[in-house]
Amino acid sequence: MTPNQFSQPVYNYKVVHQFALATVFWGIIGMAVGVLIAAQLAWPVLNFDTPWLSYGRLRPLHTNGVIFAFGGSALMACSLFIVQRTCGARLISDRLASFVFWGWQTIIVLAVITLPMGMTTSKEYAELEWPISILIAVVWVAYAILFFGTIMKRQQKHIYVANWFFSAFIITVAILHIVNNLAIPVTFTKSYSIYAGTVDAMVQWWWGHNAVGFFLTAGFLGIMYYFVPKQAGRPIYSYRLSVVHFWALIAIYVWAGPHHLHYSALPDWTQNLGMAMSLILLAPSWGGMINGIMTLSGAWDKLRTDPILKFLVVSLSFYGMSTFEGPMLSIKSVNALSHMTDWTVGHVHAGALGWVAMISIGATYHLIPLLYGRKPGEMFSIKLIDLHFWLATVGTVLYIVSMWVNGMMQGLMWRAVNDDGTLTYSFIETVIASYPGYVVRFIGGGIFLSGMLVMAWNIWKTWQITREEIASGRLTQQEALA
Amino acid sequence: MSNAFSLFVIIATLGSLLVFTLLLVLNRKVSNPGQTTGHEYDGIEEYDNPLPAWWFWGFLLSIVFALGYLIYYPGLGNFEGLSGWTSAKQLAQQQAEADERFGPVFAQYRAIPVEELADVPAAMRMGQRLFASSCAPCHGSAGSGTFGFPNLTDHEWQWGQSVDQVQATLLNGRMATMPAWSTVLDAYGIRDVTEYVVQLSGREADAGQAATGQTQFNQFCAACHGMDGKGQPLLGAPDLTNDIWLYGGSREQITDVLRKGRNGRMPGFADRLDEDRIHILNAYVRSLAPQ
Repeated sequence: MTPNQFSQPVYNYKVVHQFALATVFWGIIGMAVGVLIAAQLAWPVLNFDTPWLSYGRLRPLHTNGVIFAFGGSALMACSLFIVQRTCGARLISDRLASFVFWGWQTIIVLAVITLPMGMTTSKEYAELEWPISILIAVVWVAYAILFFGTIMKRQQKHIYVANWFFSAFIITVAILHIVNNLAIPVTFTKSYSIYAGTVDAMVQWWWGHNAVGFFLTAGFLGIMYYFVPKQAGRPIYSYRLSVVHFWALIAIYVWAGPHHLHYSALPDWTQNLGMAMSLILLAPSWGGMINGIMTLSGAWDKLRTDPILKFLVVSLSFYGMSTFEGPMLSIKSVNALSHMTDWTVGHVHAGALGWVAMISIGATYHLIPLLYGRKPGEMFSIKLIDLHFWLATVGTVLYIVSMWVNGMMQGLMWRAVNDDGTLTYSFIETVIASYPGYVVRFIGGGIFLSGMLVMAWNIWKTWQITREEIASGRLTQQEALA
Repeated sequence: MSNAFSLFVIIATLGSLLVFTLLLVLNRKVSNPGQTTGHEYDGIEEYDNPLPAWWFWGFLLSIVFALGYLIYYPGLGNFEGLSGWTSAKQLAQQQAEADERFGPVFAQYRAIPVEELADVPAAMRMGQRLFASSCAPCHGSAGSGTFGFPNLTDHEWQWGQSVDQVQATLLNGRMATMPAWSTVLDAYGIRDVTEYVVQLSGREADAGQAATGQTQFNQFCAACHGMDGKGQPLLGAPDLTNDIWLYGGSREQITDVLRKGRNGRMPGFADRLDEDRIHILNAYVRSLAPQ
């Protein structure tokens, strides 16, 4: 890459920069809330008998904060960067880009206010009440127009694979969001879903599972398909594999929702069909991991010196691990042991911390120097990126392992029976036995969060030295776009 | 499920499996392995490498497995699957097995009257386990209750302490109905009755207000709680003359109960525990109270 490729102001980097900083900011907030509620599970006194500090209200704040504020900002930063670079075209409208950024931030701030106040639809990952839900739909459509409009303006015939994944993510999340949030408003702050009973549960998990599938998987695979080859300086391993696994992934994910409702009132045929499709989902999911990891062949030596590449590669490893674990947990007899236990929480965080957060962090470290007109990888401190990498990895491992141990223990304790067929353990005994795991999880989460603070410091210092270099004339104002 | 919807499910499922298979098989071969495709995006190129063989076969295997699974088990709409399996049948079969295996363990104590069962340590251990899984979530692992959930280790038993009464409570559950009096009594009436109830429990109260409250108590409350306030287990009306309170005994709490009423509910366990188990549980629960 020649310097003038990224220093020419043909692209809208302002919105990318805004979303990149929002990624770090909401990452810290969302994860801090997560660490607080993890502490509350170990030491319940930490809710201070205050309703808006209670677990039930902060948990949706944590999930919305990390998925839609942190993850969403990362996706928008990267997708709006990648679509411009790979299409060779500037975003169609700077004002629309600005609207998407401020609209999305408004939604997040409204979530931060309303969720602790106890306003909730009670639908998981779709808790925000109807006025905010409508606002999400409006901003999302604006984002879609911005993205697809730019694709239409592209300078070359073909569309790069990363953009296929972003396209699928944008379209499907729009459909899922609108269908799942259909509700009858009762007051300005309360509505009731138009679905009832088992149908409601099925629609909810059709949404819930595909929020994972399209928001947290397809979208982040789009990020992977740009930053991994870019950071490794290697071509994508197989174009053919990307075609096959893309279509298979987006076609199969929408079938898998029922595995969240095993052993419920959902009809047998729906549960079984969901399980069968979840098993087929393994191969298409792994297609992305194979393509990412194999892209590194010939560049493995870079892992020794490039902590950004380490973030990307380890994120792919966690991705492969959790997309293997997912189909296994969807098998009904495995689910009988794992369902409702901390195992599920561990599985989710293998994906959320190991895959989503790590790849977002790697991508952000790649983006920031470019946005400041610096050379690729030229952050204030590479050592601090390395430190962040180890904090993130150790934090994730502590988190996952403690939840695996807790989950399997809970599952086994719940099903243990005495000679007379009575349950060996009462529920509270399993909670007491989970205590050490909760403490380890809190420590792991805290370590992961501390890595985010290191990152914020590193970005701040990078911005500072950039300003100094502009002042001393080493960088021109035009190069430093931010 | 209507036949049309069932048909739709079958066609969509099998059609999808077919499309996945074709997608795989038709993309097996590539023209220039090891070469790039010639596309270039922002400096990124793509190799025209084939699908990894182990991935190809693994994918295909999972489709074959899914097809076999959906033929053997229900999954394709109304088609019941060759195995004839349903979750309801599986549950019934497992319950029958459990009854056959564990039933005699409990049945052996059925002949011993509840009153004597408290002296059989093995039965009491079973009772404690049944209590831990079925009753402890509300009444606490020691049976000492909490706000709104009766303490089983004291003398006051809202619905009676006899073997038959406890048996009925366990089997069928209880619904307590303390009406809300805010529409009948004004603020002064509520205050006066509160004072009288405080006085009934043997505490100091404003004599004038309590005297007025007594008149209203006799008119509205005595029907269930009795003229003497000693309650009526038949109706689940608590004794108000001791200092045991299900919903708190402070003036504020009593006032709140008078105003809004209370609807305490004990679920019945006839569906979850058979009579042999309830027989043992009866003895265990009664053993919690002071003898």
